[in-house]
Amino acid sequence: MDDEGVRPLRFSGSDSYVAPPELALAVNAAITLGRPLLVKGEPGTGKTQLALEVARALDAPLFEWHIKSTSKSQQGLYEYDAVSRLRDSQLGDGRVGDIANYIVPGMLWRAFESEQRAVLLIDEIDKADIEFPNDLLRELDRMEFYVYETRQLVRARHRPVMFITSNNEKELPDAFLRRCFFHYIRFPDAETMERIIAVHHPGLKKALLAEALAAFFRIREMPGLRKKPSTSELLDWIKLLVAEDIPPEALRSDDAKATIPPLYGALLKNEQDVHLFEQLLFMNRRAGRPS
Amino acid sequence: MLIRFFLMLRVAGVPVSVTEFLALLEALAKGLISPIEAATGTVTFAGSDAKGTVPSGELTERFYWLARSILVKDERHFDRFDRVFAAHFNGAETAFEALLASEVPADWLRNSLVLNLTAEEQARIQSLGGWEALMETLRQRLEEQESRHEGGNKWIGTGGTSPFGNAGYNPEGVRIGGTGGNRRAVKVWERREFANLDEAAGLGRRNVKLALRRLRRFARQGAADTLDLEGTIDSTARRAGLLDIRMVPERHNAVKLLLFLDIGGSMDEHVRTCEELFAAARSEFKHLEHYYFHNFVYESVWKDNRRRNAERTPLPQLMRTYGRDYRLVIVGDATMSPYEILQPGGSIEHWNEEPGAAWMKRLLATFPRHAWLNPEPPDRWELTPSIRITRELVEDRMFPLTLVGLDQAMRSLQ
Repeated sequence: MDDEGVRPLRFSGSDSYVAPPELALAVNAAITLGRPLLVKGEPGTGKTQLALEVARALDAPLFEWHIKSTSKSQQGLYEYDAVSRLRDSQLGDGRVGDIANYIVPGMLWRAFESEQRAVLLIDEIDKADIEFPNDLLRELDRMEFYVYETRQLVRARHRPVMFITSNNEKELPDAFLRRCFFHYIRFPDAETMERIIAVHHPGLKKALLAEALAAFFRIREMPGLRKKPSTSELLDWIKLLVAEDIPPEALRSDDAKATIPPLYGALLKNEQDVHLFEQLLFMNRRAGRPS
Repeated sequence: MLIRFFLMLRVAGVPVSVTEFLALLEALAKGLISPIEAATGTVTFAGSDAKGTVPSGELTERFYWLARSILVKDERHFDRFDRVFAAHFNGAETAFEALLASEVPADWLRNSLVLNLTAEEQARIQSLGGWEALMETLRQRLEEQESRHEGGNKWIGTGGTSPFGNAGYNPEGVRIGGTGGNRRAVKVWERREFANLDEAAGLGRRNVKLALRRLRRFARQGAADTLDLEGTIDSTARRAGLLDIRMVPERHNAVKLLLFLDIGGSMDEHVRTCEELFAAARSEFKHLEHYYFHNFVYESVWKDNRRRNAERTPLPQLMRTYGRDYRLVIVGDATMSPYEILQPGGSIEHWNEEPGAAWMKRLLATFPRHAWLNPEPPDRWELTPSIRITRELVEDRMFPLTLVGLDQAMRSLQ
């Protein structure tokens, strides 16, 4: 592997992604030491987005490998398409003689072959089979793998910057964890949230922002919600509010005619939550009414 | 100094390995947190001025973030990490930052600086038997003590001379939340934001979701495509020898589960948690049946608690109905008088001809794959005779009703 000549890469957030210092530190540590960074956190807090932004900030090509429950680790390296080779052999295709024609490189291979240092995202690794991470140990460690069909050793030209996201649906094996750095993205506090919104919706009216944030955190505080709204949902909601030109007053809930905030569908994602919310509002209104 | 920190982490149950520790040293050696690099302008941390000098306290904080992201791989261990970090570094920041600023990490490999204590104080550290004993004592005291406490010399609180608490004088003090006298506001590792992610805690509202995922993992076993050999041969033959591959989804091996819940009295709350838990996982199990019992299993159980006297299912009938492929999970605290298990007529509700133990043995013989989940903390199990007896009955397959316990139980069921 040739790491000389690669200028030191540094990441400190970008104009469309707010990275708190601890996240920037974790990313930089992963880049400097060439270890994969495992990112966990509530859904919608920008785990996947992080890899995209880092790739953009570093001006590096991005390779995304989205994991499904049926994904095999081999698919990330390469696949040998035996079926089409068999078919071709029956049809008398000339390409059949060379097995290399039927080797389809996977994301990992492509990231390894990239001319400049690439960013590789392995998204939702916990969706795959429990053995999946174990099968990638050597590849992550040595940044090389062997193609048995063509007896060829594939090595990374530059150690790619790797991001691995997980939603905690499965436990990851210790041996795998040992090779990663880890960062847990906390749900942003009100102050960070304001910065995030400022990045996505510059020029948003102050009054609307304040009311929207207040309403948002009020909903998140509600006990018993099945799915708490997250950052990405808040951003969608604000986009809608702006598009519909909702006045800030409509979001205030302490007036007597309080209702569900407009366009709540962007925030509350199932009917039990909407129902619960309506009930709470109803009780509040009754409590607030002078008798 | 760092080696001691490393060892303390291991003692506190954070699984760190030497490889990770070396990675941390490497990161420090590469100057990931040192102010020297900030001066060259390559690091621009959002929120800090990149001019070079780092405000006091920030360096330790950066070290905290770095160490956490390298050493800890699971948010459930964050809380333990925070506690160890606080115990190790609070009060030693200044000395530590001086060390960080100098670029020789070799110093840390020698255990030269143990906090900033005098030799006399270090001698007194041994007075309570070192770290492990200290943590053990702390845990016990936390359990013993339930109300807020101030002053005094034993209980955990503020302003005393006990080693546990805040603003006290014992050199080996373990700080619990709160802040020291002359330092700035709450430190990151003192916020204890991840306390409810620690999996040794009992099942509550918050971690019920995690538990559910464990159950799902247990219920789902293998769902990949396999080559349908016969189908392939058949269809290839039909197409005059032209290859036609057929795939079939692997058979979904759904789990059948029989759930026995102890109901009444102290168990009600736990039972509700368990019911919610298993009901939520219902869609994942091929079959899930639940029955209630009170204190111990006798000749009959019931499905509807309101009609427990009217509609009961005799145990023999139940054992005939459900096959051996059912897994049996019993949830109960098994805390009662031993007579209720061992004596005929021991039941507190009715006259039972045969002792509960006999019925239990039959039940377990019918369902060889079984587990008992107990909400009582495991350290009380040995002290309660009825739990000991029950544990022997279920062949030691009793597990605490925590995330870890649930995991172990599910593993033993497979």
